[in-house]
Amino acid sequence: MPPSETAGSTPLLEVDDLRTYFHTRTGVAKAVDGVSFDLTAAETLGLVGESGCGKSVTALSIMRLVSDPPGKIEGGAIRINGRELLDLSDDEMCAVRGNDVAMIFQEPMTSLNPVITCGRQIAEAVELHQDVSRSEAHNRAVEMLRLVGIAAPEQRANEYPHQLSGGMRQRVMIAMGLSCNPQILIADEPTTALDVTVQAQIMELLQRLQEELGMAILLITHDLGVVAETTDRAAVMYAGGIVESAATEMLFANPRHPYTQGLIRSIPELDTDQTRLDIIPGTVPDLRRLPVGCRFQSRCPLVDEHCREAAPPLVETDEGHQTACWKANG
Amino acid sequence: MAEPTPLLTTVGLTKHFAVNKSRWGKEIGQVRAVDGISLAVHSGETLGIVGESGCGKTTLGRLILRLIEPTSGQISFAGTNISDMSGVKMRAIRRKIQIIFQDPYSSLNPRMTVHKIVAQGIVTHGLAKGKAVGERVAQLLEMVGLPANAARRYPHEFSGGQRQRIGIARALAVEPEFIVADEPVSALDVSVQAQIVNLLQDIQSEMGLTFMFIAHDLSVVRHISDRVAVMYLGKIVELASKEALYSDPSHPYTRALLSAVPVTNPKKRRERIILTGDIPNPADIPSGCPFHPRCAERQVQCETTVPQLTDIGDGRQVACLLRQPAASSPPAKSPQAKEEQD
Repeated sequence: MPPSETAGSTPLLEVDDLRTYFHTRTGVAKAVDGVSFDLTAAETLGLVGESGCGKSVTALSIMRLVSDPPGKIEGGAIRINGRELLDLSDDEMCAVRGNDVAMIFQEPMTSLNPVITCGRQIAEAVELHQDVSRSEAHNRAVEMLRLVGIAAPEQRANEYPHQLSGGMRQRVMIAMGLSCNPQILIADEPTTALDVTVQAQIMELLQRLQEELGMAILLITHDLGVVAETTDRAAVMYAGGIVESAATEMLFANPRHPYTQGLIRSIPELDTDQTRLDIIPGTVPDLRRLPVGCRFQSRCPLVDEHCREAAPPLVETDEGHQTACWKANG
Repeated sequence: MAEPTPLLTTVGLTKHFAVNKSRWGKEIGQVRAVDGISLAVHSGETLGIVGESGCGKTTLGRLILRLIEPTSGQISFAGTNISDMSGVKMRAIRRKIQIIFQDPYSSLNPRMTVHKIVAQGIVTHGLAKGKAVGERVAQLLEMVGLPANAARRYPHEFSGGQRQRIGIARALAVEPEFIVADEPVSALDVSVQAQIVNLLQDIQSEMGLTFMFIAHDLSVVRHISDRVAVMYLGKIVELASKEALYSDPSHPYTRALLSAVPVTNPKKRRERIILTGDIPNPADIPSGCPFHPRCAERQVQCETTVPQLTDIGDGRQVACLLRQPAASSPPAKSPQAKEEQD
């Protein structure tokens, strides 16, 4: 992927032809199949798609947290500042997590340990990744809780996750993720489990923290509204591959892939009356039995013979706008 | 606007759940899940109910079906009080009021074939016998867009969207008049969500159904509803036609809620009102107006006086002390409090 004109520097994170497959009894599910993108410093990249499109597996692959078996990174490269993560030993990878790249998850209740206080959980992460004493780590935890906007952080640090609301728990997750000053924060559906007013609080928090701390964010979500409002660039995934990627504004103003177009059209608008919603017919194909050719062929209104024979590559259709579609490329 | 007789009305409908924490089961508090809801749903319309988690919207839906018993208040269906109707009589009413659940995974019995799931209501209510049952099931499956051979299969063989179609076929099987749809598309992906929303609209116009559509997704609710009620902590804070509610929200909570929805079109973004804090614990509801701790426009009186849902004209009802019609209440002192009257 050639860097766009806005970013002259080398990318912070490069993902190149990543392939992560799951070997199940009923076949090989190609959850991530040839995904490439990059992320530059202080940028927010959105990875959008519906369930099962491979966006979370992409994130877990970057963290090298895909459980093996059944999952396996079959090929490709993941580089942070040019350093290949897939060649690192487990110990080396452990040092990368937290310090270089951290991840926050969708369900703050299940990703926090219910029997350890919030402060201790953050402090543990600090102790693991940085050479600090226990009390220094605790102070850092309190400082992080204050940073993410939790009132009375000294007291909250001694409380357990169940004593906090959903929004506060997600703040604790964010505090933990950022506690070692990572260059990259991967946020996997950080607001999906939250109500819309709390979601607005958390998204505002992430944007403020990014301005203050300057980390790059890889935001994974199924919510096109969230992507439109908070990201600089966005990549749309479908059945294990990126089908379109562009600057966010361009992507929504001028979507080129039939899937992106269908997705945007199928959301009802807040202020327009429509008699019927546009739909994408059919359902996502089984990842164990992907068709030859384009993955979207079974639901695409433009499909023809060529689409059923060869998979379209992700190529630049406009400056900084890439699309994987034979029809859009023509 | 001519007022037709409502198909369903609730008056002061209330459900308090007891909180028993002590070892001896002593009641230490109450969760006021639904707290004095009065509303009317007219025949053929879709009333949308929106609100965030814990606002009581699901409890409201279940109360209407009497799947849970109300603490107090009255429910009338087609002019008949059904709130304390018992046994056999209620069974006849249940045929007319059906529900579609949120989770298409847990609301279908995994050990029953689709035929059994859909046919159960038909048989229970004696709507068909023998061969006619199978024909009716086939007809229903076709109506919701499932293949005829689906009848012999089990729920796990279907995708989320298809399972939701099974749930819809089950609800339609007994020829209901009123359907409570409790977050019917929340568990589905956007592209499939649109398919189900369209299906619900089709069957509504074909069968002349009345819907109560409960959801937290404000844009889906706008799309499908005629009127919309916004709930907060067990109460309706605003109820209006969808056009009025979305173009000119009156209650401060409705305004904040609508402004918080992320939209894809940058030209259509509203100025965001970020609410401070979280939704209060429903077991410990703030005094006065339940929304006052988070409200940007709050006045001293809001901390003590509970606002009533009041008609402020144009069929719009608002529960806010600062939005009262000028005649009936002392004027609000705040200059930014807009008087909404016509």
